[in-house]
Amino acid sequence: MTVLDQPDPQAPLAPARQAAPARELTPEERRFVGWHLIVAISALMVGSLMGPLQAFEYSGVNLYPYIEPIIHSYYQGLTIHGVLNALVWTTFFIVGFTNLTTIRGLQRPLSHPWINKIGFWVMVVGLLTAAVPLLGNAATVLYTFYAPLKASWAFYLGLTLVVVGSWIEGLGFYLTLWAWRKEHRGVRSPFIALGGIINAAMWQIATLGLAASILTMLLPWSLGLIDGVDPELSRTYFWFTGHPLVYFWLLPAYVSWYGMLPHQAGGKLFSDSLARLAFWMFLLVSVPVGFHHQFVDPGVPQTWKWIHAGLTYSVFFPSTLTAFTVIASLEYAARKRGGTGLIGWVRQLPWTDPSVAAQLLAAILFMFGGIGGLTNASYNLNLVIHNTAWVPGHFHLTVASAVTLSFIGITYWMVPYLMGKKLWGPRVALVQAWVWFVGMIIFSNAMHVLGLLGAPRRTPLGEATYVPEAWNGNLLRVSIGGAILLVAVILYGLVMIRTAFGPKVAPEEVPSVPIAESIRHPQLTPVWLDRFKPWLLAAAVLLVIAYGPQLVDQILNMHLNAPGTSFTPW
Amino acid sequence: MTATDAPDRPSGEPPAEHLTMGIDPYERNWMRVSILILAVFFAVVTIGGFAMGFQVSGVSGEVDPRTLAQSEPWANPGLREVAPGEYEAYVVAQAWTFNPRVLEVPVGSKVTIYVTSSDLQHGFKVTDTNINMQIVPGQVSKLVYTFDTVGEFPYLCTEYCGKGHATMYGTVKVVADSGESASGTNGSATTAVNSSSGATTEASR
Repeated sequence: MTVLDQPDPQAPLAPARQAAPARELTPEERRFVGWHLIVAISALMVGSLMGPLQAFEYSGVNLYPYIEPIIHSYYQGLTIHGVLNALVWTTFFIVGFTNLTTIRGLQRPLSHPWINKIGFWVMVVGLLTAAVPLLGNAATVLYTFYAPLKASWAFYLGLTLVVVGSWIEGLGFYLTLWAWRKEHRGVRSPFIALGGIINAAMWQIATLGLAASILTMLLPWSLGLIDGVDPELSRTYFWFTGHPLVYFWLLPAYVSWYGMLPHQAGGKLFSDSLARLAFWMFLLVSVPVGFHHQFVDPGVPQTWKWIHAGLTYSVFFPSTLTAFTVIASLEYAARKRGGTGLIGWVRQLPWTDPSVAAQLLAAILFMFGGIGGLTNASYNLNLVIHNTAWVPGHFHLTVASAVTLSFIGITYWMVPYLMGKKLWGPRVALVQAWVWFVGMIIFSNAMHVLGLLGAPRRTPLGEATYVPEAWNGNLLRVSIGGAILLVAVILYGLVMIRTAFGPKVAPEEVPSVPIAESIRHPQLTPVWLDRFKPWLLAAAVLLVIAYGPQLVDQILNMHLNAPGTSFTPW
Repeated sequence: MTATDAPDRPSGEPPAEHLTMGIDPYERNWMRVSILILAVFFAVVTIGGFAMGFQVSGVSGEVDPRTLAQSEPWANPGLREVAPGEYEAYVVAQAWTFNPRVLEVPVGSKVTIYVTSSDLQHGFKVTDTNINMQIVPGQVSKLVYTFDTVGEFPYLCTEYCGKGHATMYGTVKVVADSGESASGTNGSATTAVNSSSGATTEASR
């Protein structure tokens, strides 16, 4: 007996009819989304090439001297790896993908396409501005840029512009949803559009911390207008943005897992209302959890750390909802395809479709990432792993697998869709997903173990002077995992380039945007799961309660007395 | 085709009694179990942290990193014995060294460790212990720990602080009590030694 043996609930509404053909993206809209992907995928390729160099260093094979004229150190490579992969690849992909889910989900053009165009170009200008000091070794501060490590002002300005550009594009999405609602009173917003736009709203709230940090301290300081910064306040600002940042990465993958993957697998979304509830809960509790990144910080009272530990557990809840709904949707699909057995149905999923396989493998890795994340959130248990190799081990399962491998899976239909082509080498793409999966398991497991043994994170352990022999086997496994991942990156680049430069094909051969119908009619979902106002209000209240007192205290007691070093430390 | 594909579908609310979450019974149970598990975890870390002493660092005072070298006790970092078997350790982190680089205590010592930074952010994690602190200029980090096992426990800088970061570490040496007090009532038999800035230890007496 499984969940899915019950018949579909009877909808009191007439089933949606085969209406006019879906409004697909116009060629101009496809080009616009495509530009986002070109930047995103280029960033991923360059950034990912740095990764294996770090992994090889762990077993003493330091290749950085050989590329000295271009990249000057392990740390510069690591900074480029973090900024390009975690910030540029994700942000440009997400904003591009949200354009697509908004336009295709709402079946209407952007209400003010010029706003989104401006937003995109602001992001590009920001990226180029930040790229100059990054490549010139003038911003080797890692992607967390913890003050008082002082980067070139251009780095801070560039990051600010990327964020502001994403805000402008977000504005374009809200106005478009607003216009759609005026045209469709009483109709539930289509899930894929709503999900992407909730993410944009969450991102705008979350990035206020980053904006405050850069505009009030880091930028004036790097320009020489003030002598020092308050590093603890900058940490509190940073993590105000830093944890919701991971949900900003994750939610577009969830849009696909809930709203697209079930269709690709031949099924339907199991629960429209709980899918929406999960997204609203992320809007509500993604932000007031930042102190769990500061469990070991001075200057933050234990009580606030403990409160945020509790809130971090509560943000785990929508992910457990997601686990159930996504797996149930996939089970529904697999049983329709003839799958049987308690778990034997898994074999009936379309594992030969590279887009599906990549996302399924991403979701499997995410289960381990999520469980490890609970350890990180667990207040005093966090002492065992904070600032150790466990942490990058963890986020390579989340952002580098759940998110990145899912996005890769999405590009396997999205790039052909945007360009009117067929995916080149579906088998190669399938192998790519598996190679990524295997490489990441080896890499990430070794990193987790190293963390438990006490190895610090983002440290060139090959040259570190304190490494005991007991670590060696795991350091080698990190390098092996990195080598396998390098193969996966090259295969991905190959598939993308060959697809992009392949011939145009007949329209019926071009994949369409997969949109999963929900088992239960979305009109049956309560109205409060389709309204921004109550959730935004609740989010603001919770933010004031959970962040307000400590943040105000730190701002009122601000001391701009940390000038950093008198020399360039890298 | 989904509702999302049917913009021309008649709008309007269905009868109110149909507007439900429509949660599957299995999913309802799953939600209950999820909440229960999270609540149990939270209770466990709360009891461990606030009742059993497995606590994280909190607010322990501020310093001015620009005048650290002129202000006590940071001008003379090192180990001080404050009571039999009880010590205070003051450690300054700076790019790219800890001062002092060795803390030697007799086994069973209860050590209150204070760390701050004179320049950048650093990390202070003592291997195989629960001592793990972010070191932030302007702030004092503090944790209390009892060293019950003889051995050497490296403290590593766990936060990126520039090119010498990977060489930045020190060692807690926990040595066997010299014999006369197995019960640990007289820890003063062992001089609190601090090999790299030993003079400061005496200075604090």
